[in-house]
Amino acid sequence: MATPAIEIENLTKDYPFGFLHLKKKTSLEGLTMSVENGEVFGFLGPNGAGKSTTIKLLVGLIFPTAGTARILGKPISDISMHGDIGYLPEQPYFYDYLTAAELLDYFARIHDLPAQERKARVDAMLKKVGLETARKIQLRKYSKGMLQRVGLAQAILHDPKVVILDEPMSGLDPVGRREVRDIILELKQAGKTVLFSTHILSDAEMLCDRVGVIVGGKLRGVGAPDEIVGMKPQGMEILFEYTGDSKGLRGLLSKATQTGSRYRLQVAEADLYATMQQLCGAGAKVLSVSQVRATLEEYFMHLVAADRAQAPAVEVSGK
Amino acid sequence: MRRVGIVALNTFREAVRDRVLYNLVFFALVMIAASILVGQISIGIEEMVIVSLGLSAISVIGLLIAVFIGVGLVSKEMDKRTLYALLAKPVRRWEFLLGKFGGLVLTLTVNTIAMALGLFLALGVITQSDEHLAGSVLVAVYFILLKLALVVALALLFSCYTTPLLAILCTAGLYIAGLFVKEMRAFQSDTVSQAVQSVLRGLSYILPNFENFDVMAAAAHGRAIPGLLIAQNTAYAALYCAVVLAAATAIFTRRNLK
Repeated sequence: MATPAIEIENLTKDYPFGFLHLKKKTSLEGLTMSVENGEVFGFLGPNGAGKSTTIKLLVGLIFPTAGTARILGKPISDISMHGDIGYLPEQPYFYDYLTAAELLDYFARIHDLPAQERKARVDAMLKKVGLETARKIQLRKYSKGMLQRVGLAQAILHDPKVVILDEPMSGLDPVGRREVRDIILELKQAGKTVLFSTHILSDAEMLCDRVGVIVGGKLRGVGAPDEIVGMKPQGMEILFEYTGDSKGLRGLLSKATQTGSRYRLQVAEADLYATMQQLCGAGAKVLSVSQVRATLEEYFMHLVAADRAQAPAVEVSGK
Repeated sequence: MRRVGIVALNTFREAVRDRVLYNLVFFALVMIAASILVGQISIGIEEMVIVSLGLSAISVIGLLIAVFIGVGLVSKEMDKRTLYALLAKPVRRWEFLLGKFGGLVLTLTVNTIAMALGLFLALGVITQSDEHLAGSVLVAVYFILLKLALVVALALLFSCYTTPLLAILCTAGLYIAGLFVKEMRAFQSDTVSQAVQSVLRGLSYILPNFENFDVMAAAAHGRAIPGLLIAQNTAYAALYCAVVLAAATAIFTRRNLK
């Protein structure tokens, strides 16, 4: 069996605080998960849930209190692994006295790319993120969205096997978001492993093979987006047309949503047969019956609400 | 070490683009004004005045750059989060620190060489200088550079774990204390307890000895500076910088970049 691209085992991060640093805040608690090779994995969670903390632990910006993690089979403390990963920080900021081309050239040198390849890669990346015409402008004159694009370009500049993106859609307009989505899909097609954190659930549903939902520093669910929301069945939805007397279906019509002569009614799976019989008996025309599945957003909100209800005063941000 | 060079060159580029070298214009103005005025206010000691003034300006301007830019070398990168993307690449933290140190020392070297050329130009305008004087001034400039490298290392150390303001105070405090090392070592008084005197003596061996680098008076008088002192000061600055940078690395490699 192939080694997963990212393996995380019981990863925990506490931040000491207080005057003598005797108290501690747990930002991440016993995270265990893995991301397979070639997989696009979405890391979902509200602000302060522990997404960025996990990512910073993986790229070596902070150090774990407990637990281990491996990327491409190498421990995260092994700096040689950094040549095979690309990282986009959250709200990236770069040396603003450099132009985009100079910044990418600087990072290409750090990655030890030969001069010929360096120039070709820099040009290709600027084209890919749509900054060809702004290549000679200093980064201090860039907008937030443009900086995000530069950040993405530097993350994939050296053709890494694993790409880790912290909120890659943040600060982008719809066109920019679409372009980032395309880049992530291109990376997937090229066989790269992509781990990205996001608040934008529709992006996660659209792009990810699997998602992990983290709330309050704890992983609350991992799986394919449809699989993960499938854990919470919402019942059945019946769409029917009824023009008859409301007395015949009094109980049901009051629960249904009406649009003209059409009604949309949600019932529990166990009540489906009885409801159908009642509708047919009253002369209603059943147009469709479908399973009601929660969206990822609903599932996500459910977890967040449960966490807040459980521990309303817990501050889990590592910042 | 290749990555150290890449980071150093980028740090130098930052200094150049942030117009740090504009101070040379100020230095040039001081030297031109001094050259014009010195002939009118001093008779027979023009060289001495120009050398003293020039070396003092090189030292003060260099110190200001070393302290004020040195304390921001790491903290500015942490505040602006510019080092996040860099440290996620195959760069070891000690390579980053050494690169930042090397970059600022390179900036100071270029700056000091340019100012030294200005000083020699001013000396050439007012008098036909002898070789002794030129040699002594060169050594004095070299010592200033060693001193500045040591100040940069200290500023970098404080930059790794404290705020820029506190780092400025600590670096400046250590520099000033380091100017009185000999006095601390020789301090004797009936009114101060033996314990305090022992602590002062102990401190005098730990603190960086900046007095050793001051040969301004000898240079101004054209006195030759012994080769042994040059070797001693070079070794002392190299060793002290290595110890301070090792301490900075020990702190920075354990630091969480929140």
